[in-house]
Amino acid sequence: MQIKFSNRGTTLIASIIGELDHHSAEYIRQKIDNEMIKSTNKNVIFDLSKLSFMDSSGIGVIMGRYKNIQRLNGKMAIVNTNAQIDRILEMASIKKIIPVYEKLDTAIGALQQSVR
Amino acid sequence: MQPINEMNLEFISKSNNESFARIVAAAFVSQLDPTVEELADVKTAVSEAVTNAIIHGYENTTGIVKMNCKLYKDSVEITITDKGKGIENVELARQPLYTSRPDMERSGMGFTVMESFMDKVEVFSEVGKGTTVVLYKTFKSLRK
Ligand SMILES: Nc1ncnc2c1ncn2[C@@H]1O[C@H](COP(=O)(O)OP(=O)(O)OP(=O)(O)O)[C@@H](O)[C@H]1O
Ligand SMILES: [Mg+2]
Repeated sequence: MQIKFSNRGTTLIASIIGELDHHSAEYIRQKIDNEMIKSTNKNVIFDLSKLSFMDSSGIGVIMGRYKNIQRLNGKMAIVNTNAQIDRILEMASIKKIIPVYEKLDTAIGALQQSVR
Repeated sequence: MQPINEMNLEFISKSNNESFARIVAAAFVSQLDPTVEELADVKTAVSEAVTNAIIHGYENTTGIVKMNCKLYKDSVEITITDKGKGIENVELARQPLYTSRPDMERSGMGFTVMESFMDKVEVFSEVGKGTTVVLYKTFKSLRK
């Protein structure tokens, strides 16, 4: 499991690679929260397109970050292409509150639109 | 009904073993040759039950988690057991969004995920004695 960061203006793109379970959740959580301390980061895109597995521990990570970001008036989006992960996002009603896109470019575009 | 194959696995309640257990379960079940999606369903449900045993059953202390897998012609039965603290109210615990640990960023969706990815989920638990979760799934791709 690995996490990579990149930036587009005030948007932090967090690409999670591998498997997201309870074991890896703590590491991911710390890494993202560390990046978010930087004042230039306001919005977050969770790029899950290289994530091969996620269980309910991932829901906790995503919802936890969402609450923090919302408190600071930031926006969040998810990029996902995996059917198993999609079912979990659906089940936890995450898709009702955080937009999910199939392509990173679309997610970036949508966030920049809504921020402006 | 006699299973056509069966295996047992025992490991200590370390979070590294969550991926170990679900990969073992998937490898064993793959003998039946189900679809990739069906295997992912099994992996996810096993991950939920094993994670619960580790974080709720043993609350991050050291204990033994057991997994038994029985294979039938077109179905699987997986039993995951811990000798941890047990569940006081199983019906409440199985409710979507119910968690006893919101402080740990748990979402209370583990049992709901197990129920939706498998055909049937049984829970036997006694406070102070431990918890047993039985996961059942028939592989529709093999039902021909
Ligand atoms: N093996 C177990 N031993 C003791 N308590 C358990 C066990 N499994 C589940 N529970 C109890 O049942 C509750 C619900 O479990 P469930 O997996 O649905 O949610 P969660 O683990 O709290 O959150 P999530 O799985 O979404 O991260 C838990 O919060 C816990 O109180
Ligand atoms: Mg759980």
